[in-house]
Amino acid sequence: MFEFLQLTELRKLLDEKKVSSLELTKYFLARIKEHQDLNAFITVTEERALADARRADEFINSPGENPFLCGIPYAAKDLFCSKGIRTTAASKILDNYIAPYDATSIAKIKAQKGVLLGKTNLDQFAHGSSGETSAYGPTKNVWDKSRMPGGSSSGSASAVAGGLAPWATATETGGSIRQPASLSGISGWKPTYGRVSRFGVIAMASSLDSIGAMAYSVEDLAKIAEVISGRDEKDSTTGHGEVPEYSKRLSADIKGLKVGIPKEYFVEGMEDGVKQRVMEAIKELEKLGAKLVDVELPNTKFGSLVYAIVCPSEVASNLMRYDGIRYGHVATDTKNLLEVYEKSRASGFGNEAKRRILTGTYVLSAGYKDAYYKKAQKVRRLIINEFAEVFKQVDILACPSTPNVAHKLGKAAENPLHGYIADQLNIPGSLAGLPALSVPCGFARPDDGESPSMDGLPVGLQIIGPQWGEQKVFDVGYAYQQTTDWHKKHPSI
Amino acid sequence: MKQYLSSTEYQPVIGFEIHIELATKSKMFSSSPNNPDEKRPNTNIDEIVTGQPGTLPVANKEAIRLSAMVGLALNCQIDEFSKFDRKHYFYPDLPKGYQISQYDKPISRDGYLDVNINGETKRIGITRAHLEEDAGKNIHPDGLSYSLVDYNRAGCALLEIVSEPDIESGQEARVFLQELRNIVRYLGASDCDMEKGTMRVEPNISVRKPGETGLPNYKVEVKNINSFKFAEAAINYEIERQIEILKAGKTPKQVTMGWDEKNNCTVEQRSKEEANDYRYFPEPDLPVLQFSKEYLDTLRAEMPELPAQKRARFTEEFKLPGGDVENLINWKELANYFESVVSEIEEWAEQEKVLDKNLLVKLAANWCLQDFSAALNKELKNPLDAEVSPENFAELMVLIQQGKISGSAAKQVFKVMFEKGGDPSNTVEDLGLHQVSDEGAISEALDKVISANEKAVSDFKAGQQKSFGFLVGQAMKELKGKGNPQVINELLKKKLSYRVKG
Repeated sequence: MFEFLQLTELRKLLDEKKVSSLELTKYFLARIKEHQDLNAFITVTEERALADARRADEFINSPGENPFLCGIPYAAKDLFCSKGIRTTAASKILDNYIAPYDATSIAKIKAQKGVLLGKTNLDQFAHGSSGETSAYGPTKNVWDKSRMPGGSSSGSASAVAGGLAPWATATETGGSIRQPASLSGISGWKPTYGRVSRFGVIAMASSLDSIGAMAYSVEDLAKIAEVISGRDEKDSTTGHGEVPEYSKRLSADIKGLKVGIPKEYFVEGMEDGVKQRVMEAIKELEKLGAKLVDVELPNTKFGSLVYAIVCPSEVASNLMRYDGIRYGHVATDTKNLLEVYEKSRASGFGNEAKRRILTGTYVLSAGYKDAYYKKAQKVRRLIINEFAEVFKQVDILACPSTPNVAHKLGKAAENPLHGYIADQLNIPGSLAGLPALSVPCGFARPDDGESPSMDGLPVGLQIIGPQWGEQKVFDVGYAYQQTTDWHKKHPSI
Repeated sequence: MKQYLSSTEYQPVIGFEIHIELATKSKMFSSSPNNPDEKRPNTNIDEIVTGQPGTLPVANKEAIRLSAMVGLALNCQIDEFSKFDRKHYFYPDLPKGYQISQYDKPISRDGYLDVNINGETKRIGITRAHLEEDAGKNIHPDGLSYSLVDYNRAGCALLEIVSEPDIESGQEARVFLQELRNIVRYLGASDCDMEKGTMRVEPNISVRKPGETGLPNYKVEVKNINSFKFAEAAINYEIERQIEILKAGKTPKQVTMGWDEKNNCTVEQRSKEEANDYRYFPEPDLPVLQFSKEYLDTLRAEMPELPAQKRARFTEEFKLPGGDVENLINWKELANYFESVVSEIEEWAEQEKVLDKNLLVKLAANWCLQDFSAALNKELKNPLDAEVSPENFAELMVLIQQGKISGSAAKQVFKVMFEKGGDPSNTVEDLGLHQVSDEGAISEALDKVISANEKAVSDFKAGQQKSFGFLVGQAMKELKGKGNPQVINELLKKKLSYRVKG
């Protein structure tokens, strides 16, 4: 009844008092319970959600305008610290961790009286792109439960795609919003680095982490962006620029807009179905009056390599604090301090975290730092400059969000490099801190020979904009969703 | 002082690493309060200080300003860009598993400090001064099988100053540290209290063999020094110890020593098994620091008078003896108080031309360094918080110089002023301590004494000096202790010599 309704629709129902926040909250909590097999949530905060919904209703029933998110339930990736609520990062090392404070984004949603339903599953510490590195088991794809939903924001993607929450917070380091949004058939927004405060979101790689959201439409995402964006005194890397009223300025008129088609993003090994759907979507933009321009981004091929050095370096550093001393998991059979560290970390971290700690520690070691880390930073600069050059020629870039539709569960575990390969269309943009969207653009059959339970699996169109160019990205996505209805296709689960 | 210091054979080579906890209201990267006096453990903490997941640092602007001020005062180069780096290691008192510090782009570099060593100026190079965060404290309760951690100090702003190895003796080290501490105090950047740990000094000591040039191939670091006196003693001890080893044809081990203040010696501390690889890399959570020319110009304009300038001025203007100047310089607040007194004295001297301004200033310096200092130290008070105002202080000096009260009466008056404040003239009245300097009254009293003590008078004439003192005492008694001793002396001398002649 309420599942798959866009936020703008829910807002109207609430404002017109056709439904209460409590009814909505109960409805979604029931759906979460009903679809536990998706394993989309690590923690469901039922009691708090009901109390918050009642408070939101009181506010709605009092005179005056309601903030956009007021009374609307949502889910938060379990990487967002939420005061008094268990926050695990999907790792055993934080299994018992109750966050003592709210992330800035959570506080902003709270201030609007948004209702938190629970904390969603993810790849452990966001390390992965399938959801399978979670210490709490993999999340399932709502279109085919034998497949993965994409990651690391796996739980948020499945929760929204499955209608368990009308929207969810998510994070990206190298594709963790765009890829699962694409594979799960929903809209996902990865903001410009520094547009949304990282404060209170458990760090993966600090120079790459972006805080965004998943929902059913670009219009909803633009509305959410207005709430969570902006300078935060607690995050020195947030930009000082004012947050535009994205949703009010949304324009479906993209006549004359120059859309760059980067040839490097149509990679070897890409599934034919994916390529066809994305090309069709790009043709649709052309029909709307956009001008297509072929562009080249030759340094794209170095993106994954740079990421493979920068990301683990920062990860290894950011994971130093999980030492069993102040909070989180601590091993008990220890004889001295060194054993507390060794055993707590050995038994607390999953394999992927350990892999990245080892890699990161190695590349930052004396004698290797110049060869790896410093060189990677130089190449990163080249990638940033290359994008800046291309954005002198075109307004936005359009390309696939992923080279494939959702893989079978278990496929990622066979190859530790799986994530890097799947992320290759997302990483260069992440390294450059660019804003991007993934919007549903049709369905395709997978190339893996395994027949999915239905005709096809979702494909996503990726739209990348220049730094701080959220408005252009939203406009293009909005224009596309005005003439197509792929974003309104939902699974029958 | 040990004899080897005059040795020309061996040349000590000493450099310092000095940590100064900056007197900022909040911590280096969080709004949690910075309070070195907080006794309750884990009080000044928050989610950032304790390194909770998801927290981010925000650099303290005041700490950056103070660091740049110290850099400028130490004649350092302050580059346009500086940055923070992460220094990684595991220790329970280090909440994040890394310390935010500065690796290759410190705020200040390549400066110097000129110090006066036995009347000669010696220039000591400052390699760098960088900003970082302090760690907490591990506490090991006696007899217990566990340790405790107090994070009150964790995250406090710490300025690390590294000197060049230009120091050659314990005495030079002490003078250098004193001057550096004065500078930091004058800037209001820290109270530099060695006992409280807001200033920590670690000398690196080695000794060059005769004829050798360049740095020796080893160095010994000494920790656990909590006063300048101990720094001097530890350095002298190490120099002697190392010379002996060198004389035996060996090279001292490169180790970290601790100063054992009970036994007056250095003791080898357990050295870490291997060299640490801290895996420094630029702190991605903090933007690069930028020092514009305008900003630095503003800081230069805000620069207060530094100890060296004050020293020169006190010597020039007030003609005070070197020891007095030094003692005043070493206590910034007292020096400032003294200056306020001096400007009051100038006003007095302006009004009453008969007063000797220079003498008054010297008198004020003496009183500042003696009775006032003693009283302040006893009550652990800051001169600026004292009840006695510079105006009243100056007036007391005038009363003394004018002979309106005696020295001992002045001490009584000062005691009252120190406790309750107030005007010294009123206090003199209240206590009935007004000194009789009126020659008529004194002459009258002396005449009485002379006629009543003929024996003493004749004894004096016969050459017994003692009798003179007796007569003065009698006169003082007659004047109820309020007679001006100088006037009594002079008049009595006159009267007795007149009698002799007569």
